[in-house]
Amino acid sequence: MSLYAFLGTLEIGLIYGLVAIGVYLTFRILDFPDLTVDGSFTLGAAVAATLIVAGQNPYLATLCGTLAASCAGLVTAWLNLRFNILHLLASILTMTALYTINLRVMGKPNVALIMEPTVLSPFEGILPDMYMKVIFVAVCAIVGGLLVAWFLRTQYGLAMRAVGSNKRMAQANGIVVTEKVYVGLALSNGLVGLAGALFAQTNGFADSTMGIGTIVVGLAAVIIGESLLASRSMLVIVMSCIVGSVLYRFAVSMALNADFLGFQASDLNLITAVLVALALVFPKLRNEWKAKRAIKEQI
Amino acid sequence: MNLNSVLKVIALSTVVLCTSLYAKPVYVATTAIVEHPALDAVRDGIKAVLNENGYTGDQLKFTYESAQGQPAIAAQIARKMVGDAPDVIVAIATPSAQAAVSASRDIPVVFSAVTDPVGAKLVPRLIQPGGNVTGLSDMVNVKQHLALIKEFVPNLKTVGVPYNPGEANSVAIVNALKEAAVEMGITIVESPAPKSSDVMIASKQLIGKVDAIYCPTDNTIISAFEAVVKVGIDAQVPVFAADTGSVERGAVAAVGYDYGDLGRQTGEIVIRILKGEKPGDIDVKMADGTSLFVNTTMAAKMGVKVPADVLARATQIIK
Repeated sequence: MSLYAFLGTLEIGLIYGLVAIGVYLTFRILDFPDLTVDGSFTLGAAVAATLIVAGQNPYLATLCGTLAASCAGLVTAWLNLRFNILHLLASILTMTALYTINLRVMGKPNVALIMEPTVLSPFEGILPDMYMKVIFVAVCAIVGGLLVAWFLRTQYGLAMRAVGSNKRMAQANGIVVTEKVYVGLALSNGLVGLAGALFAQTNGFADSTMGIGTIVVGLAAVIIGESLLASRSMLVIVMSCIVGSVLYRFAVSMALNADFLGFQASDLNLITAVLVALALVFPKLRNEWKAKRAIKEQI
Repeated sequence: MNLNSVLKVIALSTVVLCTSLYAKPVYVATTAIVEHPALDAVRDGIKAVLNENGYTGDQLKFTYESAQGQPAIAAQIARKMVGDAPDVIVAIATPSAQAAVSASRDIPVVFSAVTDPVGAKLVPRLIQPGGNVTGLSDMVNVKQHLALIKEFVPNLKTVGVPYNPGEANSVAIVNALKEAAVEMGITIVESPAPKSSDVMIASKQLIGKVDAIYCPTDNTIISAFEAVVKVGIDAQVPVFAADTGSVERGAVAAVGYDYGDLGRQTGEIVIRILKGEKPGDIDVKMADGTSLFVNTTMAAKMGVKVPADVLARATQIIK
């Protein structure tokens, strides 16, 4: 793998690290499988790209993209909590609506950002572009991860975790469940929207199709991270989401380089799935070996 | 080490270096946003032209990657290709081209099957675009297409267009169609199909409202084209296409290029760059389309007669 491809893979992995943290918040912390992310990733990108093209400051545009995506999360939470629509279905409804909204926001299916100023513009010329991009998104992902880890350790975060693990117990202890779900979904989708806005700016376009499969990628990253870095520390868990996301991108990269084994371009999804599956199976096998060895030693 | 062996080493390494330079193959890296027959035909057309021009066997390294419809993977592919430092990067369809242009600083990028390259910010202008990017636009000649449909359906008043509103290419074509239709006194009826599973319903919704159905070069529609054909046969409404490749799959007729042609024209741009021309000096080419395909069986099944002079003009008649 060339240095350029390596840095590019790392960069995209780090951006999707924010998606993974968002998915972790809903899927693991709140026990709320949220498919909104397929739409809110694009929404973050669409809002940011449209504002940048309209001449707004890229940082302001990124913030607006993030907030817009947060609102999408709130809509899903509202549908679920106010009208008792099943969480999965509520998020599918929001995601479906977002497809149209994203087209409306952009006014067309694809907004190009090549040549436009981006969040990276102030740092231009300090380092070659390919290093600068990686450093920038690494800082975003790590700062995002630290903030989320810190948040989950506050009283408020603890209450949110309690909601996810046992709603009734949480309610019995005086925790306002609905509020935690609203905040959790807004936070999660905000992170996803931020990732979308960053992706659009580092890759030069926002496209109506760019969110497809975001939930799968996020889940894969969460699960890979969890299986490789098992821990009970919030900091390690949140960071493992980022690590999982980067590893997932390297799996895709390996799949792209698999020509020598006689694979074709169309085999990419299968190879990626197998590599992710291996990452999942390996820790389990390792535990089984350990257990067997422990039994043998006892005998 | 004595002088003699030093000289030997130098001589030997010079020979090795020279032969390796001489044998260095031309490296063309291609990528597409998704795999389907039309885009695959572009890729094959490019390769065919390269082969015909002497870039064959050991002289050509030709790679191809598909992003499986995912822009994030298109971005990853673009980084991988730039890192591999090929002589030319060929990017097929808009998101792949944008990812490649955004990743590449000095490697020439040739785009293909992009309808609106200026709108997609791939090049600042079509003539002498400057920079390291040029390519081929597949914007179709919609007036010519409407005129062809009118030959089959003389009382043409309304034309139905199923398309994916999420595809930049299709939106551009539909806008051009609406403009051209006004001049010709025709009404365009749009029917959106965001996914290939929606294509059947989108075409059914046109029945009763339109005299003919016209399918643009839309990845979603083309991948489920048989669904449109079936609706056309059941409802006796003729189905026309923007690309000649679809005539073999059941369209009554189409005038234009097939995607293989598009690939061949793209390949010619690639060769100009391989021979030393700067991409910035090569004008963006609008795809030529001169072939006329007619499917007589389908015309009969969909209840239209093939006009005699259309049949006489046809470059290919499919039965």
